[in-house]
Amino acid sequence: MDFAIDVRNISKSYGDVVALGNVDLQVRSGSVMGLLGPNGAGKTTLVRILTTLLRPSSGSATVLGYDVVRHARHLRSVIGLAGQSAAVDDLLTGRENIQMAGRLYHMPRKQVQKRAQELLEQFDLVDAADRSVKGYSGGMRRRLDLAASLVANPPMIFLDEPTTGLDPRSRLDLWEVIRNLVSEGTTVLLTTQYLEEADQLADEITVIDIGKVIAQGTAADLKHQAGSEFIVITVREAEEAKRAAAVLEKFADNDECEINEEDRTASIMVQDGASIMVQVVRSLDAEGIVVANMAVRQPTLDDVFLALTGRTAEEAATESEPTEN
Amino acid sequence: MIRPAQIQDRSPVGEFFSAIAVEARWIISDTFIMTWRNLLRYRRSPELLLFSTLSPIMFIFLFNYVFGGAIPTGDLNYIDFLMPGILVQTTLFSATTSGVGLAEDLQKGMVDRYRSLPMARSAVLGGRVSAETIVSLFVACLMLAVGYILGMRLHGGFWPGFALPFMVAGFAFGFSWVSALVGASVRNPESAGSMMFFVVFPLTFLSSAFVPIESMPGWLQPFTKINPITNAVDLGRSLSQGGPIVEDAVITALWTLGMTFVIGSVAVWRYRKV
Repeated sequence: MDFAIDVRNISKSYGDVVALGNVDLQVRSGSVMGLLGPNGAGKTTLVRILTTLLRPSSGSATVLGYDVVRHARHLRSVIGLAGQSAAVDDLLTGRENIQMAGRLYHMPRKQVQKRAQELLEQFDLVDAADRSVKGYSGGMRRRLDLAASLVANPPMIFLDEPTTGLDPRSRLDLWEVIRNLVSEGTTVLLTTQYLEEADQLADEITVIDIGKVIAQGTAADLKHQAGSEFIVITVREAEEAKRAAAVLEKFADNDECEINEEDRTASIMVQDGASIMVQVVRSLDAEGIVVANMAVRQPTLDDVFLALTGRTAEEAATESEPTEN
Repeated sequence: MIRPAQIQDRSPVGEFFSAIAVEARWIISDTFIMTWRNLLRYRRSPELLLFSTLSPIMFIFLFNYVFGGAIPTGDLNYIDFLMPGILVQTTLFSATTSGVGLAEDLQKGMVDRYRSLPMARSAVLGGRVSAETIVSLFVACLMLAVGYILGMRLHGGFWPGFALPFMVAGFAFGFSWVSALVGASVRNPESAGSMMFFVVFPLTFLSSAFVPIESMPGWLQPFTKINPITNAVDLGRSLSQGGPIVEDAVITALWTLGMTFVIGSVAVWRYRKV
């Protein structure tokens, strides 16, 4: 079994509305797959199918060799799910939440207690362990939710937008937790709307938009697909940016130079930034333009999304917002 | 603990029976855990219990001291007549919590967690209903104590009187499944709460709970007579004050079993489909 997840031609529709259309997806064991897409793209639908919460309309999928429909019950005992809304019980304590999840995985009571303590320590929840979850912060709830989903040591874990709505600091904390998980060999499927998050955590990224897979590969692959690198020149005086642009245009792939007067930058898209850089500098020097800073910038996943869909991730999210429940 | 990864190939018949055995064990242990969870909530915020006990106490006072004097109940003291009705009404209201709680879990995403676990599907509902039934039993005993202080006496003997709170809690157990079905269907705690209120309120008032049926207008009486709450209340009255038990007991038992198995199955089915 090479693939922890093997999705073949899965579709899901609600009446005429197609939530997922002919999706294929393979995730290697022990890797992190980032499922990237705007709100309403179908990420959650796919996760719900793979965690047996939803039946696909057509197609088949296996997780750890179990068919998501025929072996649903077996499958549930080997996966963990941390959903979009932290599924923790307000009136129970943090410890009780984890223990209850463990008992419902049918683990022996002693083992549940030991494992709960381990997880509380690992997720930095020991101090709050015996307080009711009602008083937990958003970040603590997410950590507890994740801890509860890990109680049975599942070899496969699904994280549906694990950091949505968290402050930057809690987000970094949670990233650290996820990285630790991966280093222990857990296979992770992670959905996110944050391009940076996928770049940071995922070995491979699947870009999904309006229920379809539109690109797949490593972060580097995707950036390569987006085409190009950028040479960004910062000049001393704002007026010089235009003159610099006139020089830069000749080197650009598309003969265009983007000027940002506020930042005093001029940037162009090129295939191989490093090799052109020297010529660029010489030409600028010949024109007597004083360069404050120069850089070759790799495309971000935002650029990728724009190249793939013709719109930015943010635009896509606003467009499809009303359909997200 | 991870279950062995291999899927055993059994004959379809063997598969079926072993599945049933595993299922039975899981249903029991998972229902137990979910019952514990739901009861723990009451211990953590006892004010939940306050609401379900204060309003029936108000009803007891209202009916006994305000309306009671104007309601002729034959040989019975009004408080003796009233208390079985109050018990049934109180436990039915308490049973509506099952649906409200379930809708709350659905709305908060708790149910996604449960459904992704290898637990028995019916345990989420079963745990709710069992917990509310235990609460119903507690509330029923409490109301009996309040009634006793206000002068109610068990004239039907000790054992029938002893059976009374269990009887009303049992009926409430059946009704909890109706409530669970509403909760699983509307998935919004506020709507589930008010829907159930509009079921329980008229049904209890259009029964023999507070006034003798004979005092109602003739066109209303057929309805109040077939209302199962009338049977439950009359049974409770016979248990506490003496009187014929069998007919009302059979009808109440049938309704309870019907609600549990028929409505309960539909509720579990609805819940699976969420």
